[in-house]
Amino acid sequence: MTATIAASTADSRPAGAGATRQRRVDARNGRAGALFAAPFLALFLLLFLAPLGYAAYLSLFQTKLVGGTSFVGLDNYVRAVQDPLLIRGVVRVATFFVIQVPVMLLLALLFALALDSGLVRLARVVRLGIFVPYAVPGVVASLMWGYLYGPDYGPFAQMSKALELPVPPFLSEGWMLGSLANVVTWEFAGYNMIILYAALRAIPGDLYEAAAVDGAGAWRIAWSIKLPALRPALLLALMFSVIGSFQLFNEPNLLQRIAPDVIDSAYTANLYAYSLAFTGQQTNYAAAVSFLLGLVIVIVSYAVLLTANRRRSS
Amino acid sequence: MTTTIGSTRPRRTAGPRTAGRRSTPLTVAMFAALAYFLLPLFWLVVASTKSTEDLFTTFGLWFSDAPRLFTNIQGTLTHDGGIFAHWLLNTVVYAVVSAFGAALLAAAAGYGFAKFRFRGHGATFNLVLGAIMVPTTALAIPTYLMFAKVGLVNTPWAVILPSLVSPFGFYLMRVYAQDAVPDSILEAARLDGASEVRIFFLIAMRLLAPGLVTVVLFTLVATWNNYLLPLIMLNDPSLYPVTVGLASWGSQAVGGGSGANSDMLALLLTGSTLSVVPLVVAFLLLQRYWQSGLATGGVKG
Repeated sequence: MTATIAASTADSRPAGAGATRQRRVDARNGRAGALFAAPFLALFLLLFLAPLGYAAYLSLFQTKLVGGTSFVGLDNYVRAVQDPLLIRGVVRVATFFVIQVPVMLLLALLFALALDSGLVRLARVVRLGIFVPYAVPGVVASLMWGYLYGPDYGPFAQMSKALELPVPPFLSEGWMLGSLANVVTWEFAGYNMIILYAALRAIPGDLYEAAAVDGAGAWRIAWSIKLPALRPALLLALMFSVIGSFQLFNEPNLLQRIAPDVIDSAYTANLYAYSLAFTGQQTNYAAAVSFLLGLVIVIVSYAVLLTANRRRSS
Repeated sequence: MTTTIGSTRPRRTAGPRTAGRRSTPLTVAMFAALAYFLLPLFWLVVASTKSTEDLFTTFGLWFSDAPRLFTNIQGTLTHDGGIFAHWLLNTVVYAVVSAFGAALLAAAAGYGFAKFRFRGHGATFNLVLGAIMVPTTALAIPTYLMFAKVGLVNTPWAVILPSLVSPFGFYLMRVYAQDAVPDSILEAARLDGASEVRIFFLIAMRLLAPGLVTVVLFTLVATWNNYLLPLIMLNDPSLYPVTVGLASWGSQAVGGGSGANSDMLALLLTGSTLSVVPLVVAFLLLQRYWQSGLATGGVKG
């Protein structure tokens, strides 16, 4: 995309006598472009690269009660990759990712296909309604579900008691990851549905007509036309889900208050980094952990993208 | 190369070959799904009409005999010297400043990258693109450590500044500017002697408007809902946005119903409802924009 644009503008330039003057104009224009980009790039440097650089720097030191701060090289990283609490947190968010993301994306895909099929009555109302949770702050969603899960007056508990059934232990150790997955799915399934739905609407109508002429049925059309057309949208949704899962924080942080015995301060990797920095006061180690965590996310994102792309080309 | 930001192109009104046919089983299934997404919010609205006592004694999904929504709203808004209204105002300020600032920065940079070539053009673009994958929360703690060093923590800037940089917004604006601003118009304006700054603000910005709305909405939601960043940056409750404020009420309401905290629960639930309403209304009013705007990244790719 970038290459084609660049090439086409370069080709359209007059050669010969006017070339020098033209080049000077280009240089001036080029500088104007850099000026437009400058404010954003300056802030990007100051607020994106500088914090990462500073954290990388801090992560190479250690502060001890006796002896003060000293340079320790990669010791913090060596400690981090062997830290059972961190490993447990990363494994937990990885488990969460493997369970929650496919369920959420599959639901979003089914909703989008159903709404696009034109078979659903009041489709617009349904579409908007499913999307509404995205506009609910994660904090409110977590607080709300926390009370819905509540064993005393949560509606599930009330109904179970009325029917004399055992109250579902949403906040117990065995159920907690599923309960968290439910909150996240509730929040983001609609958002992903809208992305997929918009991609479906962008499929040109004549493709369907051609398929119909060839005698393709609804399932065949969904499989051979709709799913391939959804690839880029699904990839985008998948990438954002990787990022979202691995930095899971809001939901466990808030449910921690009502289930402190189940969610400890290292329940997810991100929660662990947070408690290291703010309750443990282990700044240098926290910097190493968040750096490592960011690295894990970038690697997993790339791996997901590469796998998806390889599958396309084979 | 088609972008769909803000365009409400008249496409197929119904799906392929099914115009007019409706399926009852599928409709029922979709309404069941709709119930899953809306019933929790209905519970929240119902809960905000109840006293803490009624919350425990009446059925959660229906109103009690003595609904007291206005008493609750009044209680929420006046509790602790009206701190809740303060939080709402903080959220609005943080979100609006961040959203418009981020959109403007992203638009200028996206336009600069889309329509000009300069030294380091490709490398810089790839660098920013790579930054999309760096999660904001992994960045939050490093940013806190740096801001603590320069004395920016516990100020509104600590929340606003990091929200001004939106690599994804930049990417969207660059993609959008590529098609939305034709080179021929720029050439014509230059021949007329207009300066580059004038061209950008008078011509390009107008053409970029639909894309801008999308980025504004994105950032608005992200900042409105942001929790980790203000949580670590701010100590002073009068600077809290509504998310951090509600979370602090949440801690106080734990174990609700007992002792001094008995009223907190009703306040917390009413406050939650109040904080949800503005964004939901904004989304319903602006649906023309975000529905197509959200798709931009996905349709391309």
